[in-house]
Amino acid sequence: VAIHAAAVVMALVVLAPFAWLVISSVSPSTELLARHPHWIPDAPTLQRYRQIFSGKGGGSDVAANFRLAVGNSAVVATATTLISLAVGTVGGYAFARLRFRFRRTTLFAFLAIYMLPPIALVIPLYLALANLGLLDTKTGLIVTYCSIVTPFCLWTMSNYYLSMPPDLEEAARVDGCTRLGALVRVILPLAKPGLLTTAMFGFLLAWDEFLYSLIFTSTTNAKTIPVAIAEFTGKYSSDFGLVAAGGVLASLPPLLLALLFQRYIVGGLTSGAVKG
Amino acid sequence: VTAASSTRRRAGRRRGRAGVSSKGEGRFALLLLAPAAVVVFGVVLYPVARTLVVSLYDVDSPMAGSYPFVGLGNYTRVFQDSAFYPVLGHTVYFTLVSTFLELALGIAVALLLNAPLRVRWLWRSIVVLPWALPTIVNGALWRWIYNGQYGALNGVLSSLGISHGQHQWLGSPFLALNMVILADVWKNTSIVAFFILAGLQTISSDLYEAARIDGAGAWRAFWRVTLPLLAPSIAVVLILRTIEAFKVFDIIYVMTGGGPASGTQTIAFYTYLQAFSDQLFGYGAALAYLIVLAVFALAMTYLRLLRQGRLAGVE
Repeated sequence: VAIHAAAVVMALVVLAPFAWLVISSVSPSTELLARHPHWIPDAPTLQRYRQIFSGKGGGSDVAANFRLAVGNSAVVATATTLISLAVGTVGGYAFARLRFRFRRTTLFAFLAIYMLPPIALVIPLYLALANLGLLDTKTGLIVTYCSIVTPFCLWTMSNYYLSMPPDLEEAARVDGCTRLGALVRVILPLAKPGLLTTAMFGFLLAWDEFLYSLIFTSTTNAKTIPVAIAEFTGKYSSDFGLVAAGGVLASLPPLLLALLFQRYIVGGLTSGAVKG
Repeated sequence: VTAASSTRRRAGRRRGRAGVSSKGEGRFALLLLAPAAVVVFGVVLYPVARTLVVSLYDVDSPMAGSYPFVGLGNYTRVFQDSAFYPVLGHTVYFTLVSTFLELALGIAVALLLNAPLRVRWLWRSIVVLPWALPTIVNGALWRWIYNGQYGALNGVLSSLGISHGQHQWLGSPFLALNMVILADVWKNTSIVAFFILAGLQTISSDLYEAARIDGAGAWRAFWRVTLPLLAPSIAVVLILRTIEAFKVFDIIYVMTGGGPASGTQTIAFYTYLQAFSDQLFGYGAALAYLIVLAVFALAMTYLRLLRQGRLAGVE
């Protein structure tokens, strides 16, 4: 009984801010700006969501720009995840199963890149992207994000392979498979849980990125949802309703993914280090 | 030559099948790692080198042209900069307090999630939520909760009859720093709890059984059995969270913009201001490299622990 009471308290502390985010997004401005907060809105409205989904976008229509920014985030995070997962899955296998010179040094080099603070790279990267005509493009963001998410995928996939029994590929190679054949036909299908968990972590990493997007994007062409929300929060600090609606949309994809893969997270953390 | 090398290659492959060759493995490893190397180092190598070069010049434009070379001048300037020390203080305070609170609360939550709760998946699903919430949304949400006139925090205090004032939670420097830490802790305790939970699940229940037979109560068993066995997980969490906290930028940007009175400026945020507001690119680059050094020192400690196998449970 005591532990269930503690669990309920914990759930309240976790869920209350989420509830307030959702409630704020459907409360009319007059109620949001009341002398005392209306915990349950008298006249809930979906007006802001309608604005977000029906506005034309571009220009000064903040609501519609939220929709475009979520779209940009989805494209950028998905592409980043697919590319990083592909190269990380292949490369991680080398770290887990092959012996070669500078193996440890190479692994450390990748991990070091992952730990670099973006502020140290952002200015020269900006200049490089400008030279290539990739500023304010989704391509520019994807290229940049892959350099962060790939080391992460390498590390977690490598740890996942290590947790698999090595006899599998030996058996496959006795049966005449080449090394590559064994990896593609035997190991990868069995590594599915690892692949899915790594993909989820990678997607969340890309979805959450802020500084690069802040500096590299300027229009709805590529601006991602964290930047759109931060901008609007700064400009109109007292109208939270629209920020809340945008925040709900920005949070749905990562929240759903995390819920879907919740039971894999513990296993994923046991087998590899993860951005905390 | 070709014939000889192809014979050698064939021999290597044959030995590779037996699992002894390292030459064939080396080539295969190169093939497997090449795509990742292109994707990562193709992007970061130039900026890493460029920032290092810029940090050695007295540059006030991002384009290093004919600017005076100052050697380590920008680095020594950091330590003569009177604005730097308060910033370092905020960063260290943020890092220590947030990491400690996240660890303490994370252990408590993990123990709870590991306890025989009914509908376990439900509680775990709830705890995972703050971690998945985007950092910027988290910052914007808490900024709104802390709002002095309309915020939910003042509303809750008033509803509970604790206080009816309009407290400006982000209005004074030190209070604001603590409130930002609180928002960070609310979000990141989540992933810490999952880290610790992963560690808890590797502890065999026989050990608790043995402790119980020895007459140890739950409290004693926690200190004598659980905590020592959790040490590897705790070490990993401590270092990873310390690195993240030391680099903190996003939540500061959206919640306070470094204010009030620079009271919530952290090193990463200060570096950003030097480069983007004051156009001191050389100085900013030197600051950035000092963060890199600090982060690498932490990371090396982490990797050394991993290599020594002290973190066997987590490897």
